[in-house]
Amino acid sequence: MPPPLHLAIELDGDGAHPAAWRRSRHAPADALGPARLRQVARHAENAGFTLATFDDALLPPAGVAGRVGAVERAAYVAPLTSVIGLVPVVGTTYTEPFHVASQLASLDFASLGRAGWVVATTGAAAAAALGRPVVEGDALAREARDAVRVNRDLWDSWEDDAAIRDVLTGRYLDHTKLHYVDFVGETYTVKGPAIVPRPPQGQLVVFAPAGLVPADQVDVELVAGPDVAAVASGGSGAGLRFAEVEVALDTAAGDALDRVGDLDAHTPWPHTGRLRYAGPAAGLVALLTELARVVDGVRLHPLVLDEELPELSARVLPALFEARVAGRPPVGSTLRSTFGLTRPENRFTAEEQPA
Amino acid sequence: MTSADDLPRPDAQLHFGVFFQGVNHWTIWSEPESGSQVDFASFRRMVATAERGLFDAFFLGEGLRLRESGGKVHELDVAGRPDAVTQLAALAGLTSRIGLVATQNTTYNEPADLARRLAGLDVLSEGRAGWNVVTTDNAWTGENFRRGGYLDHADRYVRAEQFLQVARAMWDSWADDWAGSADGPAWARPGAVAPVRVTSSQFDVDITPTLPRSPQGHPVIFQAGDSSDGRDFAARNAEVIFSAHGSDFDDALAFATDVRHRVVAAGRPADDLKILPGTEIIIGDTETEAEEKARWIRLRQVTPATALAIAGQVWGLDLTGRDADGPLPAEDPVVVEPTGTMGSRRWTDPRQIVQRWRDVAEAEKLTLRETVIRLGPQRGHVGTPSGLADRFAHFVRAGAVDGFNVSPYFTPDGLDDIVDRLVPELQDRGVYRTAYTGTTLREHLGLRDPITRRAPR
Ligand SMILES: Cc1cc2nc3c(=O)[nH]c(=O)nc-3n(C[C@H](O)[C@H](O)[C@H](O)COP(=O)(O)O)c2cc1C
Repeated sequence: MPPPLHLAIELDGDGAHPAAWRRSRHAPADALGPARLRQVARHAENAGFTLATFDDALLPPAGVAGRVGAVERAAYVAPLTSVIGLVPVVGTTYTEPFHVASQLASLDFASLGRAGWVVATTGAAAAAALGRPVVEGDALAREARDAVRVNRDLWDSWEDDAAIRDVLTGRYLDHTKLHYVDFVGETYTVKGPAIVPRPPQGQLVVFAPAGLVPADQVDVELVAGPDVAAVASGGSGAGLRFAEVEVALDTAAGDALDRVGDLDAHTPWPHTGRLRYAGPAAGLVALLTELARVVDGVRLHPLVLDEELPELSARVLPALFEARVAGRPPVGSTLRSTFGLTRPENRFTAEEQPA
Repeated sequence: MTSADDLPRPDAQLHFGVFFQGVNHWTIWSEPESGSQVDFASFRRMVATAERGLFDAFFLGEGLRLRESGGKVHELDVAGRPDAVTQLAALAGLTSRIGLVATQNTTYNEPADLARRLAGLDVLSEGRAGWNVVTTDNAWTGENFRRGGYLDHADRYVRAEQFLQVARAMWDSWADDWAGSADGPAWARPGAVAPVRVTSSQFDVDITPTLPRSPQGHPVIFQAGDSSDGRDFAARNAEVIFSAHGSDFDDALAFATDVRHRVVAAGRPADDLKILPGTEIIIGDTETEAEEKARWIRLRQVTPATALAIAGQVWGLDLTGRDADGPLPAEDPVVVEPTGTMGSRRWTDPRQIVQRWRDVAEAEKLTLRETVIRLGPQRGHVGTPSGLADRFAHFVRAGAVDGFNVSPYFTPDGLDDIVDRLVPELQDRGVYRTAYTGTTLREHLGLRDPITRRAPR
């Protein structure tokens, strides 16, 4: 039997469809506040998802004008949840890797080791918002690669036992256990060490779209493809592979296709190249069972959170758990341990050891 | 003691914030009471105590590079802190009233990003965010950032001011009645969100912000800078000033008077800027016990190694390995004249400083370590709960402060005796709230609407 499928859900906004807000149970005025965020995160946790991702960009999302930053949303729900992994999307094109590393390490502390990062690139329009020259083409991958490298170096720049509290000599830190990262890239340098100690997981779980960042720097590749065969052959397979799946379900409020049609009448659902499923819950269970043979996990993008999440919770996840196709994250686990990843050795101590 | 009615502000109320916590030697890490510096549980515990004590604000500092001494990471003091906005967003859901203030730098951030993160914190906390605007006066921090070290001291305040201009424009970009409805044409009412375009010497931004205002309008602006440029910046822009002038009454009053003049000169009402100096508060059952406790605390803050490091800076020598509990170093200090790039920092000849140290040590028969403690900065207030309450009531009624930003010397239980013993005494004297009356940080502090949201006068 293959290892269980990991189930991730994207929780941004009101759902994957740009008009999802029109079918939501709350008014736009309540879309951005803490009550809604808390409710949706707890709903996903109680349903049994292993992790939630939070999409983000500097500029407004499609269909709605408002969005709170993904790191802030993930941090807000961290102490209000207990087992679900919390994985914000954070851009690499214009952000400061030093700040990103601090923010993500802090999220890992606040969630007691449940944090990850979806590495993203940022569209050219953000350059004007920041007053920066546009970064595009091959440079997007360069910036993503460098940002991941700097983040990983900074997370390791404190050894786990750097705070020695040595009363006899009066030293709180042992400076030999802190490391300058001395990153030198093509466009910038970073000195280090981090201002945040090594996070609980040692290294956060790094997710990236397949092909964006060198495979050995990524823990989970996100694979988009229009059908199971395309997904099966996507990505390098160096780490875990998650299929991206957009989901519309038959619900009491209407059949999947009718609900998609209703929203499409306002704004068409753009084609993203991801696998898309529309139909009854049982069909999704069958699709995910099939996917479990070719990928390690799936990330679901529900049409309308308020409509798909209850259906996923009541009909899809229980069937997958019952059939042992998927499992709930164990209580007390870190996101790494749920994935069967060890807590990695610190790269700086690994280098010091004699060959 | 003067009666309250003889003082300029008989009805003034004291506001407390808690500064969790400096990466300096004032946090004691060596004792059984010394908890984790980084575990989320420590922050959770401290913010809960502060909220139980009806504090206005929970305040996080920031330093974007680990401190160094002698070319290597400084080892003697607590170090390692979370990113402030991230940490406060996590604490927002565990609290309901207390303000959440993040120190964030304007030199190594961009307004499109930082103003959005602060607005997110403000929305998630429903109007409890604050921003302590700092500029960082060293280039060496820049080695962690894309642009490297840049901007000298004066330009940093220019950038800070223009940064705030962009941030405020972003916070003002959404109409109050922005929300659309499910059967209407759009999620946000057409025209309700205006793009922000600002071109200034530091910025050229064109952005459509993604967040509405919170119930308090804008995050409350704090500032901590002491130079003349820094005070003027605060007088024009800030709503709270965090200073180091809160221990000695005359010093506090002189600072408050200076700052209020600057506020009025900037065209604002004098009470538009609240003055919350940082302070340590040491409480004992009797004055003698409090003094003994203070001495015990100082000896744990100024360890032998720390005393040698501080004296080493004065002498310009590496004094590692000397006897801190013996006499002052016999040598003369090494004198290095400052170069032109020291910014506004006033330079004092180390020979003068060493002479003063020698005079004091000799007159009072002090060891090196005792001299460091004796001549160190005044850290705040030592006394009994009722004595401290009388003193603080006088400070606030006289207009020397509007409150204090308290630095606990223990993490995470360092506020317990302040909340349990001092706060009730202050309440008895009518200078401290007995319940939160508002829900936002702006309401707690008694502040007006944000500067850009007021009707023209
Ligand atoms: C009480 C106080 C607290 C401060 N806290 C911080 C801090 O947490 N992080 C930081 O980068 N700077 C901090 N600063 C530094 C100021 O923001 C400012 O950069 C520095 O004081 C230099 O400006 P000035 O020359 O106007 O004083 C603090 C300053 C004061 C007076």
